[in-house]
Amino acid sequence: MTLPGTFILRRLLIALPSLLGISIVLFTVLALAPGDPFGELATNPNIPPEVAANLRRQFGMDDPVPVRYLRWLTAMLHGDWGFSFASRINVDTLIMQRLPTTIMVIGSSQLLALLIALPVGIYAATRPYSLFDQIANTLTFIGFSLPTFFTGLLLILVFSIQLDWLPFVYRSDVNASGWRFYAEHFRQAIMPVAVLGLFQAASWTRYVRSAALDVIRLDYVTTARSKGLKERTVVVKHVVRNALIPVVTLIALQIPAIFGGAIVTEQIFRVPGIGSLLISAILANDTPVIMAVTFVFSCLVITFNLVADILYGWLDPRISLG
Amino acid sequence: MAGSTLASRSGSPAEAANRAPTVSLAQDIWRRFKRHRMALIGALILLVIVVGVAIGPWLWTVPINAIDFTARLKPPSWQHPFGTDDLGQDLLARMLYGGRISIAVGLAAMTIAIVAGTIVGAIAGMSRGIVDTFLMWLTDLFLSLPQLPLLLLIIYLFHGALKKMVGPETGVFIMIVVVIGGFRWMPVARLVRAQFLSLREKEFVEAARALGASRLRQVLRHILPNAFGPVIVAGTIDIAAAIIAESTLSFLGLGFPPDIPTWGRVLYDAKDYLDIAPYWALFPGTLIFLTVLSINYIGDGLRDALDPRRVL
Repeated sequence: MTLPGTFILRRLLIALPSLLGISIVLFTVLALAPGDPFGELATNPNIPPEVAANLRRQFGMDDPVPVRYLRWLTAMLHGDWGFSFASRINVDTLIMQRLPTTIMVIGSSQLLALLIALPVGIYAATRPYSLFDQIANTLTFIGFSLPTFFTGLLLILVFSIQLDWLPFVYRSDVNASGWRFYAEHFRQAIMPVAVLGLFQAASWTRYVRSAALDVIRLDYVTTARSKGLKERTVVVKHVVRNALIPVVTLIALQIPAIFGGAIVTEQIFRVPGIGSLLISAILANDTPVIMAVTFVFSCLVITFNLVADILYGWLDPRISLG
Repeated sequence: MAGSTLASRSGSPAEAANRAPTVSLAQDIWRRFKRHRMALIGALILLVIVVGVAIGPWLWTVPINAIDFTARLKPPSWQHPFGTDDLGQDLLARMLYGGRISIAVGLAAMTIAIVAGTIVGAIAGMSRGIVDTFLMWLTDLFLSLPQLPLLLLIIYLFHGALKKMVGPETGVFIMIVVVIGGFRWMPVARLVRAQFLSLREKEFVEAARALGASRLRQVLRHILPNAFGPVIVAGTIDIAAAIIAESTLSFLGLGFPPDIPTWGRVLYDAKDYLDIAPYWALFPGTLIFLTVLSINYIGDGLRDALDPRRVL
């Protein structure tokens, strides 16, 4: 099944204004903020006022806001993200070092969430109010009521401190080679991925279950059954695909929350990703890094929204043709 | 929705239809809410927690910041039922006090989210054309903002100025409440708009219009009260979300200062002592979990109780 190219193009064109909107929100926040990067220079008695004023002019701090916004946006789009005060390297280098880890952790946790949510949600929906359904329901409620920071601490307490099975600090420089290297990486990724994945799995299971419940009693499913199709075929081929349509929408709405959870998880397990970079930059007052990381998070959210949109069109051809 | 299966088993259309005609709306909702067993248990647990933090500090009068180095990191005992932290401060007292702040943040942020969401949703739902399109674009934009990074950014940029203006405690409180509420109005706005779109075409609104009711009166007297069921449910869930958001900020060390021991803040202080004092992290964590779980179950029960499909 292929998608019409115009559909994908149209989605891309819709994504662009949102990216612009987000960049405007970001810049407004920055422009409204009291004090500016040169505030410290202005109050420092060792720097003559002429020098401070010169610096301000050089960096264009006195220009009108729209001009500053356009300059900031073009710099962002050119990958010219400035210089980290704290780490003494270019911000884009810093982020590129950290980004793969974040993507890896988020990606595998979402995969884990999907592998749990789809079968459990569908199975529960085919047997509503059964014992399995009730247990699954209770577990999902517990799952999304447990904040990620508490689950993380609980896992550390049980698996690192009590049982001493897993390391609780994520290290990028694993001291091993060959398959042991990968085994170590796998071992230290288990807990962060589990924390994020289980949290997502809980809410997704609920979505899948209720969406499948709405579909499963529809006439076309009864028709499929009465044709003598196997129950398995009916569920997998007829129910799941239609049930996934609302699920994709709900998941797309959750994408910002996923990145929020990633920041917390990275901070707990000291995963060297962009989330922990953001926290350390805030604690170190490293404004260029903070702005750039927030911008990267916005771009990631938009990208994943786009992916969800395209997936949506694939699941429901009516949308991409309409 | 003929033939669809309801999200939970409590209540059935037949029972609702057989009820005595003299039952008031509130009693009716309560009857259906009661049938959701977990929601009832949740309401009970939440009541205990709320009453506990409301009157607790008067009953347990140990000061929250009395430093006692002879009683450092003591596990729970009769003298300190929740144990003590690394400065020998009594954790029960801190938890009771912090619970007030955590719950107050949840309620205040929820109020902001509901008021803002209702206003945006009502305006969008009543006006057609460009205003509606713009407001919905704004809602979608806010929905796709990366909330936690932006929350952190705003707090980083603004907290110094607010601290100077209204003092550290109120400053942080106001900022956290406004920012959390400001990022949670979108679902409410969507719900309210959807309700308005269908309600404004209903006959009773048309009747009010025919009687010469002004637009404002139509909205306030006729449409809004009927649109409020889903909003109440969303508001309930928002309290839980706001409590988690505040705890997350405090847990990252970027929310309340150490002298305001909200549950998230206590957890932040405790996380480096997990190996020697696990109880220190377990108490606040469990309290956050129980509060959020109860609120989520109450929301679920309210959803069933307020669901108009049951009354039909």
